[in-house]
Amino acid sequence: MTQRYWNEKIETMELAEMRKLQSERLVHQVKHMWDNVPYYRKKMEEKGVSPDDIKGLDDLHKLPFLSKADLRDSYPYGMLAMPLSECVRIQSTSGTTGKRVVSFYTQHDIDLWEDCVARAITAAGGTKEDVVQVAYGYGLFTGGAGLHGGSHKVGCLTLPMSSGNTERQIQFMMDLKATILCCTPSYAAYIGETLQEMGYKPEDIPLKAGIFGAEPWTQAMREQIESTLGIKAYDIYGLTETSGPGVAFECCEQSGMHINEDHFIAEIIDPDTGEVLPEGEKGELVFTSITKEAFPLIRYRTRDICVLSRKKCSCGRTLVKMTKPMGRSDDMLIIKGVNVFPSQIEEVLIKDFKAAPNYQIVVDRVGTTDTFEIKVELSDDMFSDTIKDISTLEKKIGADIQQILGIRAKITLVEPKSIPRSEGKAVRVIDKRKLV
Amino acid sequence: MTVKQLSVFVENKPGRLSAVTEALAAADINIRAVSIADTKDFGIMRIIVNDTDKAIAALKENGFIASAANVIAVIADDKPGSMASIMKILYNANISVEYMYAAFLNRDKGSACLILRVDNNENAIEALKDADCKLISEQELSEI
Repeated sequence: MTQRYWNEKIETMELAEMRKLQSERLVHQVKHMWDNVPYYRKKMEEKGVSPDDIKGLDDLHKLPFLSKADLRDSYPYGMLAMPLSECVRIQSTSGTTGKRVVSFYTQHDIDLWEDCVARAITAAGGTKEDVVQVAYGYGLFTGGAGLHGGSHKVGCLTLPMSSGNTERQIQFMMDLKATILCCTPSYAAYIGETLQEMGYKPEDIPLKAGIFGAEPWTQAMREQIESTLGIKAYDIYGLTETSGPGVAFECCEQSGMHINEDHFIAEIIDPDTGEVLPEGEKGELVFTSITKEAFPLIRYRTRDICVLSRKKCSCGRTLVKMTKPMGRSDDMLIIKGVNVFPSQIEEVLIKDFKAAPNYQIVVDRVGTTDTFEIKVELSDDMFSDTIKDISTLEKKIGADIQQILGIRAKITLVEPKSIPRSEGKAVRVIDKRKLV
Repeated sequence: MTVKQLSVFVENKPGRLSAVTEALAAADINIRAVSIADTKDFGIMRIIVNDTDKAIAALKENGFIASAANVIAVIADDKPGSMASIMKILYNANISVEYMYAAFLNRDKGSACLILRVDNNENAIEALKDADCKLISEQELSEI
C-alpha cells in the first residue's frame, strides 16, 4: 500500500520543527484569548500569568486549565473570541441545557476542521475516487458535519445519509457503491449484522474502509466490524469543544490515533494534581487549540484517560499518537454515542418524584448495542395500589429521560433499599461493558 | 361501608413473596384475601388482613412499600349469574371497576365474597345497597 498523506509536510514534520510551530501558534493564541476572552483573562490574572510569560511550549504548564464547568459558566458567549458577525456556524454537544456545550466556528475554523478530517479520510485510504457514506447524525452533533466536510475536502462523492433508516443506508451503499463508511462503531456493527442477515457476504459489499468514532469500542468490536463488512476499520477522535472529530485519527497501523499537533497541543496530566506527566504515562488528556479563532480553548481538560506515544509509526507520520480513551476522570458515560452524566438523570428523577430517590444506572452491551437501564427505588409517596398509576410514572420518567438525553432508557422501579450501597453511599453506575 | 386493603410493591424476583408473607407471619397477621397484579418487572400484592395498621408497620419495618386503600367487600350468592348481576348494578351506576378478586371469607355456605376496587366508593356502595346487596364492614370482617 502506498503511503499517502493529506498534508505530508505537517504529518511527517520533525519534532523540533513541530514544537517551533506549536510555540509560535501558542504565543499568538494566548494573546488572542487575553485580548478577547475576559473569562480566560481573569483566570490568567488569578494565576498571575500574562501573555508576556508565555514564550513557547515550555511555558504551557503555567496557564490555567479550562473544564466543562467553565464552558457551562460562560455559556453561551463567554468563551467566544471573535465577533459573532465573523462566526458562520455552531455545533453542540448532546445533553441538557445545563450541560450543553456550544462551540462557535468562523469560516477559517471550519476550513481547518475539515482539513483535519481530510487527513483522517486520507489515512484510511480515501481519495477523490471514493464514495463516502456519512451515517453519523447530522445537525448539532459534530459527527455528521465533520465527516461530511472532510469528505468534500478530499473530493469524495459524499452521501449525506445521517444516522438511522438502515434499509435505506444499505440500498444506497449497494446501489451507489459506497467505499468508505463513517458512523459510530455500534451503528457500523449493526449495519454489518443487517447485511449478513440479508445474505450479503463481505466480498459483495463495496466498502473498503470505515471511520468510526464518537463512542468507545473494543478491538473485538473492530475485528467483528472488519470481518462482517470486509473492510479496515479506523478510529477517529474529537470533541465538540475542540471542533469535533478529526482532532486525532488512525493510520494503517491501527495502533492509536495521530493527533493533529499543528492545531492541537496535547498534554497528559495527573487528574488529581493537574501535574503534567511524562510521555508514556497514563493520565488525563488535555488539549490546547492553537489555531481556532472563534472558540479557542487553552488547556482544556477532556476527562478522557489515555497515554501518548512518540514511538516511530510505520505509516511515516511523526504526529504523536494517543491510545483509545481507557476511561474517564469524571462520571460521564458514553451510551449509544451520547454523553450521559448521572446528574442529568438525577434532575429528571427529582422532578418526577418531587424528591431525590435512590437510583442506579446499569449499562451493558448486548452484541454490539448498548443497553441502558435506570433502576429507581420506589417511594411511599409515589406508590399506588393500581398498576396503571405506577406504569404511568415509569412512562413519564422514560419520556423525560429521552427528552433530556435523546436516547431511550429502560426504567425499572425497584423496592426501597434494594439498590446496593457501599459505605452508605449508593452505587450510582454499573457499567458492565468491557470497553478496554 | 368499606374494608381496608393493604397493597405492597413487590419486585419480580425469587423470594420476594416469601419475604412479604414471612414479615406478616412474624407479626401474627392473618391473611383473609389476596391477589397479585403483575407486570414484567414488578407486581402489586393486595391483601386483606385482620389488622391492617399492624401489617403495614410490619412490612415497612422490613423495607417494603405498603399502603392502605378502602375497598368494597360484597357478598355474592355462589351460583351462576350472581357476579354478572353485581357488575351490572355497578355498570348501570356508571361505576368503573379498577380491579377485583375473591376473598377467603366463607361466612356461610352458598355465598362468596368479592373485593372490589372502584373509582367511586360512595356511589358504588349506594348502588349496591339499593340493589339489596350485602356488604361486609371492617367490623364484620374482623369477626369472620
